[in-house]
Amino acid sequence: MKSKNMSKFLMDNILYICLLLMIVIIAVISPSFISVRVLSDVLIQSAPKILLAMGMLVVIIAGGMDMTVGRLAGLGAVVSGTLAQQATYYIKFWPSLPELPLIVPVVVSILVGMISGFITGVIISKLRVPAFLAGLGLQLIIYGGTLLFMKKAPNNSQPLAGYRTDFTTFGTGSVLGINYLIIVAIVVMVVVFVILNKTTLGKNIYATGGNREAAKVAGINVFKIDMFVYILSGALAALAGCMLAARTGSANAGYAEGYEMDAIASCIIGGASFTGGIGNVPGALLGVIIFSVISYGLTFVGLSSYWQNIVKGLIIIVSVALDMRKYASDK
Amino acid sequence: MSNSEYVLEAVELTKTFPGVKALDKVSLRVRPGTVHALMGENGAGKSTLMKCIYGIYSPDEGSISMNGQQVHITSPRNAMDLGIAMIHQELHPVRPQTVAENIFLGRIPYKKAAGVRWVDKAALINGTKKVFEQLGLDIDPKQKVAELSTSYCQLIEIARSVSIGAKVVIMDEPTSSLTETETEILFRIIRQLKAENVAIIYISHKIDEILQISDEITIMRDGQNVGTWLASEMTTDMIVARMVGREMTDRFPHKKHTPGKDYLKVENFTSTNPHSFKNVSFTVRKGEIFGIGGLVGSQRSELMEALFGLHSVAEGKVSIDGKEVHIKQPVDAIKNGMALLTEDRRKTGIIGPASITDNTLVVEQNVNSKRYYMGSLPFIDNGKRNQDAQKYVDMLRTKTPTLKTAIKTLSGGNQQKVLLGRWLLTEPDILILDEPTRGIDVGAKYEIYELMEQMAQNGKCVIMISSEMPELMGMSDRIMVMCEGHKSGILEGPEVTDEKIMLLASTFEAGREEKK
Repeated sequence: MKSKNMSKFLMDNILYICLLLMIVIIAVISPSFISVRVLSDVLIQSAPKILLAMGMLVVIIAGGMDMTVGRLAGLGAVVSGTLAQQATYYIKFWPSLPELPLIVPVVVSILVGMISGFITGVIISKLRVPAFLAGLGLQLIIYGGTLLFMKKAPNNSQPLAGYRTDFTTFGTGSVLGINYLIIVAIVVMVVVFVILNKTTLGKNIYATGGNREAAKVAGINVFKIDMFVYILSGALAALAGCMLAARTGSANAGYAEGYEMDAIASCIIGGASFTGGIGNVPGALLGVIIFSVISYGLTFVGLSSYWQNIVKGLIIIVSVALDMRKYASDK
Repeated sequence: MSNSEYVLEAVELTKTFPGVKALDKVSLRVRPGTVHALMGENGAGKSTLMKCIYGIYSPDEGSISMNGQQVHITSPRNAMDLGIAMIHQELHPVRPQTVAENIFLGRIPYKKAAGVRWVDKAALINGTKKVFEQLGLDIDPKQKVAELSTSYCQLIEIARSVSIGAKVVIMDEPTSSLTETETEILFRIIRQLKAENVAIIYISHKIDEILQISDEITIMRDGQNVGTWLASEMTTDMIVARMVGREMTDRFPHKKHTPGKDYLKVENFTSTNPHSFKNVSFTVRKGEIFGIGGLVGSQRSELMEALFGLHSVAEGKVSIDGKEVHIKQPVDAIKNGMALLTEDRRKTGIIGPASITDNTLVVEQNVNSKRYYMGSLPFIDNGKRNQDAQKYVDMLRTKTPTLKTAIKTLSGGNQQKVLLGRWLLTEPDILILDEPTRGIDVGAKYEIYELMEQMAQNGKCVIMISSEMPELMGMSDRIMVMCEGHKSGILEGPEVTDEKIMLLASTFEAGREEKK
């Protein structure tokens, strides 16, 4: 009986145990990993991915999937970057544009994300194109569009640079020792948590994902729910792109490539279910952090970055397999 | 070879789940060539017993023997090899494939050539034809299963178990979605199987059917055997009494309600779908239980769903209490005081992974959201939600471990109670119930009837679609019968007889001629 409780405890907390184990192993190999600077670096790197994962989480709970977010973050990075360049920069994207307040690149990229999310929502909810395929198509369109946009003279497809200091401060500065990006990520997590758990909208999102037909009978406008989740996901993806541009001081069309997969994987290893109606904010957050610790930590101990992919892949498979076992034993 | 009079013998099976003893020394002895009915309320342990026999669960204690030889059944595959087949309540045919491919699923006949196993089409078709001939079925082996109705899927499943050479066939609620004619076909096939010495374990809540088809009846209650009797020695009352463990004097509550003035009026209701309902008009009074009868395909469910805003309507007028209302989507219906308990619990009723609380509140928290706010802030107070959910769990005596339990883990009857609670919470004036007692045990059935009676006494309109004749006749003040999308008549008082309903259900012209 005691060993049964023990194994149940291990199963229920497998993610935390994995995370701790990884940190311990990395710290043993290279003790300097445990420092405020390194750990805060891990969190700063995680911040844009947390936004993507939160958007994806809401979509997955509603029974969908948003495959556009990686490319959309790339577009968001490029759009905000073009609006944040110094007036004196020699290949300014919009040569005649005056210097705008910081809020402009941020808001414009969010708007671009919302428009994209609106289109995604209509295609999936009204035209009934399966979410995965709709995302696959839109992803290509967004990437192509971003490349075309970047090709505009005088930029001619060069990576963006020459940002104003207020924009780069947004990516690297901090208040009370906490990086701005981390603050944004925390705010987003709190908002998503409150929406999901404390509003009727959140309850309707869970209901729609749990059983779409039953939700319709219960008087829920499932189309509105779909539109909300895809617009939210789009907005968060573009904002994440803007954050990436600000942090790296650059941007090109290839930014955030494949991030949608990381976002999906984070949600799933954090307990969300593709069948819809199941998922939570702490789980998805933990998923993101595990992936960041792997990326950063393995580089830190000097392991080739190719190994990262192998370890990430293993984590996804093992965590889902364990989860399925848990379901099987619940039966 | 066989030294036992039983083909299947399960002795003192015990199965414990965390917190529940699902089976407590339960025994079941089935003779070859007989129909052995297994009865009991939901949660009595019938399904657990069958899952032990079919190798889905392994019992903690006890033994299972086939033809007197002890066997260890480790998986459904293993059970099939031993000659046990199970027809599940929820069928899972491979819809895009043909009937023949479904019959031979997992053992498609083949010819070997050049080291490759080529599908032997001729053997496939002929083998299927042979089984169908044996059972007297007329189905084209080349037809796609997706084109067939549920009842045919069931017959195919039975044919499959015959073709495997099953000695024991377990049927779990086989008639729950069959019409009377289809049930007759099923019974004919069951008799054929009996003649070929196949034993059938028949699980059903329908007592009339059990008395008609079975040889022996085993009754279970709370995970224990109540006993086994010869069907010929049993009556409905005796079965009910043994199932619930108390005498049930009546199957329906006494009618105390009296219908009042006209409340819901539907005129010339016509679907945009030409194959659905046409020109249906009716009026339901306050405090009336209005029954709707008809065969599967009579479009009664579609009619009610359209009234609720789930399907589009080409023509027609709906008025409530003399005022015309326009219902474009379910939320309009709900705001006009309507509630619809749908026919298919799993598909359109329960939100499987969500909790009892979330399932109960899913309607009310939207139409009356301020009620759940934390003070004046638009955030939900989960305490208030749980309070309301608990109120209906108590009132309807729903059995659930906690309010947080996912609804999909409850038994059918308890799921139905949660769904009823969901709608009662909205305090509807018009309660539409589509097959409210399908697949529900006797005790819970009676509770649902009492609730309908209570609603009628409080002056509400209750509309009930039902395929169970005794229920339809026992509960309704008036019965509208539909046939192929038309209203074929409304019966009241002494006009209500089985024959009249059947006649109107099978031809809508009959109703018209009588009016002339």
